Amino acid sequence: MTHSQASQGHIDVRDLGIRFPTRGGSMEAVQSVSLHVKPGEFVSLIGPSGCGKSTLLNAVAGFITPTSGTMTVDDQGISGPGPDRGVVFQQYSLFPWMTVRKNVEFGLKMHGMQRAERERQARTLLGLAGLLSFENHYPDQLSGGMKQRVGIVRALATSPQVLLMDEPFGALDAQTRVVMQEILTNMWQRLRISVLFITHDIDEAIFLSDRIYVMTARPGRIKAEIAVPLPRPRTPEMMASTAFITLVQQVRALIREESLASMKGELKEGGLVGLSTDLGPKGVAHVV
Amino acid sequence: MRVANWAQAPLTRDEPSPVASPPTVLTEPVKTALPTPAALVTPTVNRFRTWLAQQWLPMLLGVVSIGAVLTAWHLATLYKLDLYIRFNNIPTPAAVFDKLIEVNQSPQFLTNIGISVRRILLGFFGAAASGICLGLLIGRYRIFRMLSLPALEVFRPIPAIAWVPMSIMLWPDNEVSIVFITFIGAFFPILLNTIHGVEAIDPVLLRAARCLGCPERKMLWQIMLPAALPHIFTGLAVGMGVAWVSLIAAEMISGQFGIGYFTWEAYSLISYAEIALGMITIGVLGLLCSGGIRLAARLVMPWRTATSQGGA
Repeated sequence: MTHSQASQGHIDVRDLGIRFPTRGGSMEAVQSVSLHVKPGEFVSLIGPSGCGKSTLLNAVAGFITPTSGTMTVDDQGISGPGPDRGVVFQQYSLFPWMTVRKNVEFGLKMHGMQRAERERQARTLLGLAGLLSFENHYPDQLSGGMKQRVGIVRALATSPQVLLMDEPFGALDAQTRVVMQEILTNMWQRLRISVLFITHDIDEAIFLSDRIYVMTARPGRIKAEIAVPLPRPRTPEMMASTAFITLVQQVRALIREESLASMKGELKEGGLVGLSTDLGPKGVAHVV
Repeated sequence: MRVANWAQAPLTRDEPSPVASPPTVLTEPVKTALPTPAALVTPTVNRFRTWLAQQWLPMLLGVVSIGAVLTAWHLATLYKLDLYIRFNNIPTPAAVFDKLIEVNQSPQFLTNIGISVRRILLGFFGAAASGICLGLLIGRYRIFRMLSLPALEVFRPIPAIAWVPMSIMLWPDNEVSIVFITFIGAFFPILLNTIHGVEAIDPVLLRAARCLGCPERKMLWQIMLPAALPHIFTGLAVGMGVAWVSLIAAEMISGQFGIGYFTWEAYSLISYAEIALGMITIGVLGLLCSGGIRLAARLVMPWRTATSQGGA
């Protein structure tokens, strides 16, 4: 078998705009966003809450039709959900009435694979993720971290070109989250599948990604694009390195600026006294 | 397929790293972080013993509960209590028990029961099949909802008993009209709970199914139905109760045969023991039917019981 994965899975988003109708007119969630994920690349999208990053991912997944702009995966336009894009949701989204293995088999079944064959593949995948002994458990019998591992395995089962992950570890406690990040980076290291990863956790984004897009407060635009030059495979020890910490500080400054901007309307004037929204000469341009 | 590649793909590295961990650690950290829930792997024998240990108190209290009613009934009829509520003409438990033995000397009593059960099953399963199908369609498709709900809402407040005269005119024979009334009674609770069940489905499940390649035509059967099952079974339990209410009323008003008819006839013939016997029989039959639905729920939704055991 050839290792041709890296030649597929190119996400290209250009000038994307998404508006939602509201009672009094319309709300702009995403404004002229352009980004790309190269084949086999791990890219994170980070920004303050409510900045439209999940909306953007939902558009790439095919759940939302954008108002303007173009989106392609391997030069194919996106017009609805498709098997070329696996999606991992924050809320696990496992089918509670199916056992772990049946959940993983579901996509294969929908593609018409025979029972014996899909059972074999599901077991192989679960074995690789260390979940084989839980194949006959129901999702509600599993911990959050295990559920999400099943969610990832299920999304990968149909061999998508790209994996879209919407804050997949957002509902997990801090300890589990760190372990899951390690598992994910290990899996990705083997698969070299293109990943678009949504998060608001700065450490997580840096630890996992090749590149990070920082989004502005609503309407979401791309504020900065940051390359993560840390070597691979990534290990938890790297999180203590100077390079890592410098990156964290850069991203934090960018996000803080946006969080303050988005909260300005909510806080009384006095609430902002002492908080500097001015980055001075080391503003956005410095980081980009 | 690429799936197999996961196992075979080499660990690609951009640069060698001094702190690189071997790829085999893929799962090990989680094993320590997330221990196997021990409660889930208890052997069957132990589980039975635990079950017995948990059940003896409810069982004892159940016996006490029914025993108290029987004792109160026995005493009230023995002393012919007359405290506004009158027990003068009420048969004693022993008299009812004697009557039970007496009526079983001819097959007529069991035939009555059999006929009632057949009516219930026909009416109830007809209501379940149509209520669930219609409920899924109404819950899923707005056009279907807008088209059918207004008409259904008009019929819904009409109690099944009010259908008796109309039903006798509508259907060619008495038997069908009684089954129809039973059907009407069970139909609306099942329909409304199914609609509610579909509406309560987490939309992320539908999105996940679509991502995994589930076409719309498979959505109802593969996703909506199993996801709505807990609500559907609530509807079935309520529907079964209303079906019995409707059946007994219909049998009393227009029936020939059946346990409702038996009870009403006993009243006409002033056979007090038979009235009580009829009532108790209806109670036991209703109990068996709702027990049957609970059992079906356990069999059809194994994930619900698995979860409650795991969480206990």
